[in-house]
Amino acid sequence: MPVFAQIQFQLFPERASTTAERVDALFFFLTAVTGVMGLLVTTLIIYFAVKYRRRSEHDRTPRILGSLRLELIWTIGPFIIFLIMFVWGASVYLAIAQTPDDAIEIYVVGKQWMWKVQHLDGQREINELHVPVGRRVKLTLTSEDVIHSFFVPAFRTKIDAVPGRYVQTWFEATKTGRFHLFCAEYCGTYHSGMIGSVHVLEEEEYHAWLDRRAEGSPALEGRKLFLKLQCVSCHTGDAQGRAPSLEGLFGRTVVLQDGRRVTADASYIRRSILRPQADVVAGWQPIMPSYDRLLADEKEGLGQEEAIIRLIAYIRSLDRDQTPVRTEDFPPPEVNPATSDKMTR
Amino acid sequence: MSTVLEHVPQAVPPPAQPQVHYLNVAFGVRSWLLTTDHKRIALLYLVSVTLMFFIGGAAATLIRLHLMTPNQAPGSGLLTADNYNRMFTMHGLIMIFFFLVPVIPAVLGNFFLPMMIGARDLAFPRLNLLSWYVYVSGAVITFWAMLRGGTDTGWTFYTPFSTKASHSLVVPVLIGLTIAGFSSLFTGLNFVVTVHLMRAPGLTWFRLPLFVWSLYATSVIILLATPVLAMALVLVAVERLWGVGIFDPALGGDPLLFQHLFWFYSHPAVYIMVLPGMGVVSEVITCFARKNIFGYTFVAFASIGIAVLGFLVWAHHMFLAGMSVYASLVFSALSYFVAVPSAIKVFNWTATLYKGSVWLQTPLLFALGFIGLFTIGGMTGLFLAAVGLDVHVHDTYFVVAHFHFIMVGGTVMAYMAGLHYWWPKMSGRMYPEGWGKLAALIVFVGFILTFLPQFVLGYLGMPRRYASYVPEFQVLNVMSSAGASILAVGYVLPLVYLIWSLGYGKKAGPNPWGATGLEWQTPSPPPPENFAVTPVVDRGPYEYASSGEIEVIGGGVPEQAAQAAVQEESHGR
Repeated sequence: MPVFAQIQFQLFPERASTTAERVDALFFFLTAVTGVMGLLVTTLIIYFAVKYRRRSEHDRTPRILGSLRLELIWTIGPFIIFLIMFVWGASVYLAIAQTPDDAIEIYVVGKQWMWKVQHLDGQREINELHVPVGRRVKLTLTSEDVIHSFFVPAFRTKIDAVPGRYVQTWFEATKTGRFHLFCAEYCGTYHSGMIGSVHVLEEEEYHAWLDRRAEGSPALEGRKLFLKLQCVSCHTGDAQGRAPSLEGLFGRTVVLQDGRRVTADASYIRRSILRPQADVVAGWQPIMPSYDRLLADEKEGLGQEEAIIRLIAYIRSLDRDQTPVRTEDFPPPEVNPATSDKMTR
Repeated sequence: MSTVLEHVPQAVPPPAQPQVHYLNVAFGVRSWLLTTDHKRIALLYLVSVTLMFFIGGAAATLIRLHLMTPNQAPGSGLLTADNYNRMFTMHGLIMIFFFLVPVIPAVLGNFFLPMMIGARDLAFPRLNLLSWYVYVSGAVITFWAMLRGGTDTGWTFYTPFSTKASHSLVVPVLIGLTIAGFSSLFTGLNFVVTVHLMRAPGLTWFRLPLFVWSLYATSVIILLATPVLAMALVLVAVERLWGVGIFDPALGGDPLLFQHLFWFYSHPAVYIMVLPGMGVVSEVITCFARKNIFGYTFVAFASIGIAVLGFLVWAHHMFLAGMSVYASLVFSALSYFVAVPSAIKVFNWTATLYKGSVWLQTPLLFALGFIGLFTIGGMTGLFLAAVGLDVHVHDTYFVVAHFHFIMVGGTVMAYMAGLHYWWPKMSGRMYPEGWGKLAALIVFVGFILTFLPQFVLGYLGMPRRYASYVPEFQVLNVMSSAGASILAVGYVLPLVYLIWSLGYGKKAGPNPWGATGLEWQTPSPPPPENFAVTPVVDRGPYEYASSGEIEVIGGGVPEQAAQAAVQEESHGR
C-alpha cells in the first residue's frame, strides 16, 4: 500500500452554510488583528536585540523603571480590542444558539460509535444525514451512553450530545454536496471511527429521497410504542383514566403537586417517562413506574433514547380525542415488555 | 523627575571558593534520600521530572509516528485504536501532572526561592522532602497502572465515559494523581509561608525578584485549586467503584458537574504551569539586557491578576457542553479579561530590552523563544474565547496546537531558559555555550514546524484524539511529525551536554552572568547554609544600570511612588 494513497492537500475548509460565512469573517478579523499585534512584538524584540546588542562587557545601560502612560496604553488598548472580539464572537454565537421556529426538525442520537438520525417524515439513517440546500435544519440531539459531539466542519457547526438531556442547534446549507460529519468529543475506542457524511441535496432531490426511503414517522412509531408499552392503560384520555390525559399536552404549562409550574417540553416528557416521581402532576397519584431501561428493543436495534424521541413525537402529535383505545393492534404484554420476544410487530 | 540612588551596582567581588558546598558536604544514598536541604531536594526533583519528561516524550513520539498515516483501514497503523487512546492519555497525564505542574516550582523554585530571598532553607524542610516522596509515590502508582494496561479516558476523565464506559485501569490512575496532587500542595504551602516569613532584612515585597512573585501567585493557585481536583477525582472513583450516581445521568447524576469541578482546577492549572515560567523570563531578560525590568509593579501585579482572574474562566472549556447561553457569554468575557495581564507582561518584557546591552546567550535565546511562542499561544487563545468561533475549533487540533504553544512553547522554553541560566549556580560548571545556542535554535524551529500545521489542521476540522483521520489531513500530519523529530533532537541535546558539563564544563565562579540576585552573591555551588552571612537588602532586584539616574521614557514613573512608600516602610522598621 502506498504511503500516500492520493495526495490531497487543503489549507482552508470548505464553506457550505450560512454560519460558515459568519464564523470565517470573525476568524479573518482575529487573524488580522493578532497578526498585526504579533508582528509588532516580534519586530520590536528583534530590532531591540540587534540594535542594543552587547558590544562589550562594559556597556553602560540607563536606569529606566517604567512609564505609567505606556502601561495604561498597553493595558487599555488591548482591553478595547479584546472587547470588540468578545462582542463579535458573542453575536456570532447568539445567531447559532437561537434556533429558528420554521426549520426542518431532525433528531440525532449518538451512541458508541455511530450517529443515528430520525427524520420527522419517517426516514432513519446511520452515520448519514440528508438535508435540503437553502433550508434551515434544526437538530435535537442526545446520547445513549457517553458524551459525543456532532461536528460538521464545512458548516462550522458543532454541539455536544450529552446523555440525559436534549440540546439543539441549527444550520442552513448553502451548497449541495457531501460533507464530513465527525464526532468531536472523545468517546472511547472507535471515537475516530464515529464519522459519516452530510448529504446536501437540491429541494426536489431531497423530496425524492424522502419518498423513496419513507417508513413510519417517529410519531407513528411512537404510537406503536405507546400501545405496546401499555401507556394507554392509564393515560386513557378520558375521565376514567388513572393518569392525566396527554392530548394537547405538548407546550402547555403543567401545575405540579408541589406547586411548581413547568412547561411540558421534550425534556419534561423525557423526565416523566424515566423518573415519573420527580414531577407529579397536581391532583394525580404518583403511581407511574419508571420506564428507564424498559424502552430499548435490541432485536429492533432501537435504543432507549430513540424510543423516547418517538414517544415524544407521538405525544406532540396527539390532539383532542385521538388517544387510541387500548385493545387496538397491540395485545397486552405477557411478560416484562423489555425481555419478551413476542413483542415484535 | 529623577533621583540618585546611593548604591551604584558594582561587579560583586568573588568570595573565596569554599571547601564545603551542598554537593560535597555529605555522600551516600542516605545523605540524598533523607536530606532536608532544599537544594538537594531540588536535584531529586530534577532527576524525577526529567525522567518523566522523556517517558511522556516517548509516548508523544509514538503518537506522531502513528499519525503519519490516516489508518482508516481497520487494523492499519502503528498502534491499535485502543493503544493509541491509551498512549495520548499517558502522554497528557505524565506531561501535565508529573512534569509541567512541578517542573519549575519544584526544581528551580525549590533551589532558588530560599536563595533569592536570602534564607537558609524553606520554612518546612521536612515537608519539602515529604512532598518529593509523595510525588514519587503518585508517579510510581500511576506508572504501574500504565504498565498494566493504562487508561484510555484522556487526561480529562470526562464522565460518564470514565465512570461507566471505559474498560481500563481508571481507578489506580486516579489514586496516583490524587496522591501526586498533595505533593504540589505541600510545595505551595511551603512557598507561601517562606515568602511571608523568611525574607532577608530589607527585602520588602516590592524588592522581591519577579520569579518569587510568580511562585507566590502560583502557590496561592495551587492551594486553592488542587483540593477541588482531588475531590472531583475521588468522586469519579466512587461512582466507578460503587455506582453512586454523581455524574452519570443514568444514575441520576449530571455529567456537566464533573466538567465544572474538573476545569475549576484544570484551568487555573494552566497558570500553575505558565506563571513560574513568566517569572523565569523576567529574571533572564533583565540579566541579559542589563536593565531594570520595565514596570516592576505592573509585571508583579499581572501575576496576581492572572492568579485571581484564572479562577473565573473555567467554563470556557464548556461552551458546547450544553451550558446556558448566558453562562457562555459571561465566561467568554472573563476569558478576555485574563488575557490583559498576559499582554501587559509581554509588552513590559519587550520594553525592558530597549536601550539595554542585549547579550544573546542561551538563556536569553530560550526566553525570547518563550515570548514569541507564548504570544502565539496566547493570541490563539483569543480565537477560542470568542464563543462563535469556538463552536468550530473546539475539540479540534486548533486547541491542541494552542495549548502546546502555551505549555511547551511557554513553560518548557522558560524552564530551559532557567535551567541554563542557573546551571552554573546549581552545578558550579558552565554548560557549553555553542551547543546551548544550537539547542535553543533547534527547539524553536522544531516546535514551530510541529505545531503550526496543527492550527491549520484544526481549522480544517480534524478533531483531537483521533486514531484515524480522513486522507486530506495527511500532508499536514506528516509535516507535524517531521517537525516533532527535529524537536526531539532539541530536547535530547541539552540532556547530553548538561550531563557532560558536570565533569568537563568550565568552572563557573559565583556570578558568571554578573547578575544582581542574592543567589549570585554566594559561591557556586552554594554552601549548605546558602549564605555565610545573612544578606541585607537595600535596593530593588534588577539594579543593573550603570547610572543611578532614572531615565524617563513615555512619561510617568510608576515606580517612584512605590519606591518612596517602600523606603518609608523600611525606615519605619
